[in-house]
Amino acid sequence: MTTGKSFFIDQTRCTACRGCQVACKQWKKFPSIPTVQLGSYQNPQDLGPSTFKLVRFSEVKVEGKLRWLFFPEQCRHCIDPPCKMTADMYDPLAIVQDEATGAVLYTERTKALNADEIRNACPYDIPRKDPVTGVLTKCNMCIDRVSNGLLPACVKTCPTNTMHFGDRGEMLDLARTRLDQVRQKHPQAVVVDAKDVRVLFLCEVHPRNYHAYLMAEGVKVAPVLAGRVAGGTVLDLG
Amino acid sequence: MSMNRRDFLKLTATSAGITAFGGLGFGFSATQARAYELKTAKAKTTPSICCYCAVGCGLLVSTDHETGRSINIEGDPDHPVNEGTLCPKGASIWQTVEQSPRVTKVLYRAPYSDKWEEKSWDWALPRIARKIKQVRDASFQAKNAKGQVVNRCEALASLGSAALDNEEGWLLQAMMRALGLTYIDSHARICHSSTVGALAESFGRGAMSNHWIDLKNSDVILIMGSNAAENHPISFKWVTRAMEQGATLIHVDPRFTRTSAKADLHAHIRSGTDIAFFGGLIKFILDNNLHQMPYVSEYTNAALILTESYGFKDGLFSGFDEAKIAYDRKSWGYELDAAGIPKTDPTLAHPRCVFQQMKVHYSRYDIDTVSGVTGISKEDLERIWSVFAATGKTDKVGTVLYAMGQCQHTVGVQNIRATAMVQLLLGNMGMAGGGVNALRGESNVQGTTDIALVCDILPGYLGVPRASLPTIKDYLAAFTPANKDPKSANWWSNYPKYLVSYLKSIYEQVDPETAYSWLPKVEDVRIIDYSWLSIFDRMNKGEFKGLFVWGQNPCAGGANAGKNRRAMQTVDMVVNVNLFPNESSDFWRGPDVDPKKVKTEVFFLPACISVEKEGSVANSGRWLQWRVPGPKPMGQSRSDGDIILALFKEIRALYAKEGGAFPEPIKGLYLDCETNGAYDAKKAAKRISGTFLKETTVAGTVFKPGQQVPGFAALADDGSTCCGCWIFSGSYTEAGNQMARRDRTQTSIQEKIGLFPNWSWSWPANRRILYNRASTDASGKPLDPNRVVINWTGDKWEGDVPDGGYKPGEKLPFIMLAEGRGHLFGPGRVDGPFPEHYEPMESPLSVQPFSTRLTNPTALVFAGEPKAVRDPRFPYACTTYRVTEQWQSGTMTRQTGWLRECQPQGFCEISPELAKELGLRNGDATILTSLRGEVQVTAMVTERIKPFTIMGETLHLVGIPWQFGWMQPNGGKADSANLLSPSAGDPNTGIPETKAFMVNVRKA
Repeated sequence: MTTGKSFFIDQTRCTACRGCQVACKQWKKFPSIPTVQLGSYQNPQDLGPSTFKLVRFSEVKVEGKLRWLFFPEQCRHCIDPPCKMTADMYDPLAIVQDEATGAVLYTERTKALNADEIRNACPYDIPRKDPVTGVLTKCNMCIDRVSNGLLPACVKTCPTNTMHFGDRGEMLDLARTRLDQVRQKHPQAVVVDAKDVRVLFLCEVHPRNYHAYLMAEGVKVAPVLAGRVAGGTVLDLG
Repeated sequence: MSMNRRDFLKLTATSAGITAFGGLGFGFSATQARAYELKTAKAKTTPSICCYCAVGCGLLVSTDHETGRSINIEGDPDHPVNEGTLCPKGASIWQTVEQSPRVTKVLYRAPYSDKWEEKSWDWALPRIARKIKQVRDASFQAKNAKGQVVNRCEALASLGSAALDNEEGWLLQAMMRALGLTYIDSHARICHSSTVGALAESFGRGAMSNHWIDLKNSDVILIMGSNAAENHPISFKWVTRAMEQGATLIHVDPRFTRTSAKADLHAHIRSGTDIAFFGGLIKFILDNNLHQMPYVSEYTNAALILTESYGFKDGLFSGFDEAKIAYDRKSWGYELDAAGIPKTDPTLAHPRCVFQQMKVHYSRYDIDTVSGVTGISKEDLERIWSVFAATGKTDKVGTVLYAMGQCQHTVGVQNIRATAMVQLLLGNMGMAGGGVNALRGESNVQGTTDIALVCDILPGYLGVPRASLPTIKDYLAAFTPANKDPKSANWWSNYPKYLVSYLKSIYEQVDPETAYSWLPKVEDVRIIDYSWLSIFDRMNKGEFKGLFVWGQNPCAGGANAGKNRRAMQTVDMVVNVNLFPNESSDFWRGPDVDPKKVKTEVFFLPACISVEKEGSVANSGRWLQWRVPGPKPMGQSRSDGDIILALFKEIRALYAKEGGAFPEPIKGLYLDCETNGAYDAKKAAKRISGTFLKETTVAGTVFKPGQQVPGFAALADDGSTCCGCWIFSGSYTEAGNQMARRDRTQTSIQEKIGLFPNWSWSWPANRRILYNRASTDASGKPLDPNRVVINWTGDKWEGDVPDGGYKPGEKLPFIMLAEGRGHLFGPGRVDGPFPEHYEPMESPLSVQPFSTRLTNPTALVFAGEPKAVRDPRFPYACTTYRVTEQWQSGTMTRQTGWLRECQPQGFCEISPELAKELGLRNGDATILTSLRGEVQVTAMVTERIKPFTIMGETLHLVGIPWQFGWMQPNGGKADSANLLSPSAGDPNTGIPETKAFMVNVRKA
């Protein structure tokens, strides 16, 4: 059974206030970046070396009804991270996994990796190369905070309890309970790729409505968190 | 994209081995251990309150011992309202404090100069003081044309600020009134003055009736005229909690916003038609018998019988004088019995009782007409009305959240009156999860209202003295309400105690009558003639020589900003106090302005930022919360309190040395609000809460002179007590600073509804839910046993502080109204006792179906300013608003990189249908024009905006945030949306109509 930490992100509660996006920068003291208004609330346009957390805005019609969907995107801290598998072929110290939490951490040594190869390995299109240093960047689970007993900055600041963080078992339980509640109003609701990632996104409509890479492409069936077998493993049901 | 990209299943299938190979360490933990040390571990941590909206979130500020600068600011986990969370504005305060281009030296712009020069405080303050004295001495009026004593200076005006703490704001109003100013106004005018005008009329107090946490107790939450999710993000912590317990969220708004995205029901309403919506709802409630009885007959004035002279015909109430364009309100009264008590019919059947008259009034608001005016479909209206009206049961509670969408209209007060009537009819006032909740927008705009940085009141909602009221006796006769009903507490009968205690707080050394004579007196004209829009109109005519602008930006945030910009160029001296240069400090070099032609001498005094200050701020829920300073003021910046004191001492010294016009109040003003020569917020706070001046015994306890009063019940009208603002009395007592309390302890009743009575202090008397006696029946039993606010145990009340400590059934629940009953009929407003639909001053319609009166007949308008009424040149309705990531005019947030990065520039939301007609694509540069000006922004073409069908015709509405301006970094040709909005105001309070006006749109 997988231990360590996980996030549970309940998108039904997200108001896209972007507290998480800014709190991440505040804790990490990232520089602000120049942006322009392009006809959308979303800015910056993409993840980057000073944007580890990005709220993506999507206006879609679902079953004829206008929906404004908000996706607080970040690294999923995969249980078995494909980026690390790829990197390990070249340098096992470039991308490491923290034993206690399961956090996937990029080190300085990622600058020697082929950035495109690592990015392409990611099912969620998360890693970005810092054009100045060459280092690959993404969310580090606020490992300094977490290893001192604090919540990640994004979770701590979230006004509506969209973001949760804790021991993996607790997060899975929370996700399951909440999914049951949400399905009463939204029968299509799912928790995405639950058994493979440490960041569990609850979507009230199909994940692709939020963002192309909210769920991994290779998953052939609607990914649902359905329950667990005796050993406590979560299954995808087809 | 490569073939195997993101082929997750394939990769995970082989992952076990790879993970084993990758391992988990290689000494990684050891090498990284140092990096995991928390940077905040060794810092000093102090609590503060967020400087942005009036949710009043708690902050923890970490300050480095060595540098004295803050290193991290995040939410305070113990704070009951935000529970450690923060929106992006709150989360970015550290950057505003430490990494923004703050002004930290005094700046000076000489007349006709094109640049700022750095100066010292020692140079600037004496120069400002000298100028003030010159202007004051030259313009001081001891008497008016009628020979009445007025003791005023009309050549100086002061604007702002909700950015000041209560103690600073109180000092500022005292200083301005000592100088004789009558033109004093601030955010409190343009933000929620209509709330004060409407809620005080309806319930007795002009403030949010409940508080943030209480939203969780609701069954139905109607957000109308507010975008709470975006502008009060932490409110949604509590809205979300209510929804998780099954509450229904309804959003009625001209746009589909981040609030709508979370709502169960959303309807697009044409901006400016709220009264039609509420009038229809009132009719729906009455037609279907959904009002709550006996609440309505016992706790409201529904049963009171009106005089025969009251009437309403074709858009006009009785008593309208066409020549004066004003109502004589004498005909809007109750029939009295022989004892002088209003006659009632508890069966509500009498044809002239308020209930029946209300029924007649709203019989015209049928669903077809309401749908035609508002643009909401009949199906949506019916669905929303029936869900909300279902809260008229004792075990169901509904709340209404609103903000500028209802406030900023020429019918702003009546919009909110209509909301209040609905809540009275449904028995939702005084209840946990109920109320009319005004969501205020600045961290201390509630306090600025309370301590009266406004033209129409003195601190604690005491009327401003008038020229026709030369003595205290005259003043009290005019303002103290009388009522002969033994069931009415008529709390305002204590008016004399509060006035005299205020007079003693500012002029302790003289008798109250002398102190009263020192206060400046306004003319017996409409009070709105002294308010925001009138100040700028008067300024535009060159009638002010000096102007203070404290923490405010009228050249971007004020309606008709172009007029304000021109007006400021007529003033000889402008003193700005702010953190950042803004459109109002740099008006002399704005677009199309030649600095060489601008005579104004401009000072920029650098204020320090909230986390560097000590003092209290009042959140929207009336909690007075104390800030503890973290880092020291940056550079040479100073607290507003320090600036006010230093400046006043300079002025006082000049008068002491040279004499001058009416120096008595300047010499006599109480100024002991400093310690070791520096401003001391605690001393000011004590003065505001109240101090005994003579030995007094209260309930067996002897208080010596100099001791703090325990609360306003101890105040006296004989000069033996002083109190700067009676509603704050009890906030700083002999037990200490109640506003700084951080105790989360609650009884089980309190805990169930989240009262937190030991955390901070709430005005009045630490009461958390106003009018809570209406939540019980005549025996003191809660109407809703699942949501107990107060309960009579048999010998005392438990739960919240009861709204009047009387025994159950002894007094009527609305103690601040003379009749003791909530006002369905509101005879105190200047534009009518019942809300009536009128079109905005700029409208797509030239006729409207409710009457032949197109617009509010008494609205505040200015000569020579035409309006676009069904004007083919300006065919589109426009509304203005804010976004989460910017705050107000953007003065602070546009300078905070992380926020600017989220919302970098202005935009205009346009429906795809209109965009197609105009040939606009998303992202195109677009120009909006109105009769006042034009603004270039980026087009945001979105399904969230949709065309309306209004009275059978298609109407397009566009929306534009008002938070950008020409001074913003990366602004390009952008400028303030308020260049478009008109100078037109509500007749009761003068709040500008910035939420509904007409524009044209074209591709740039």
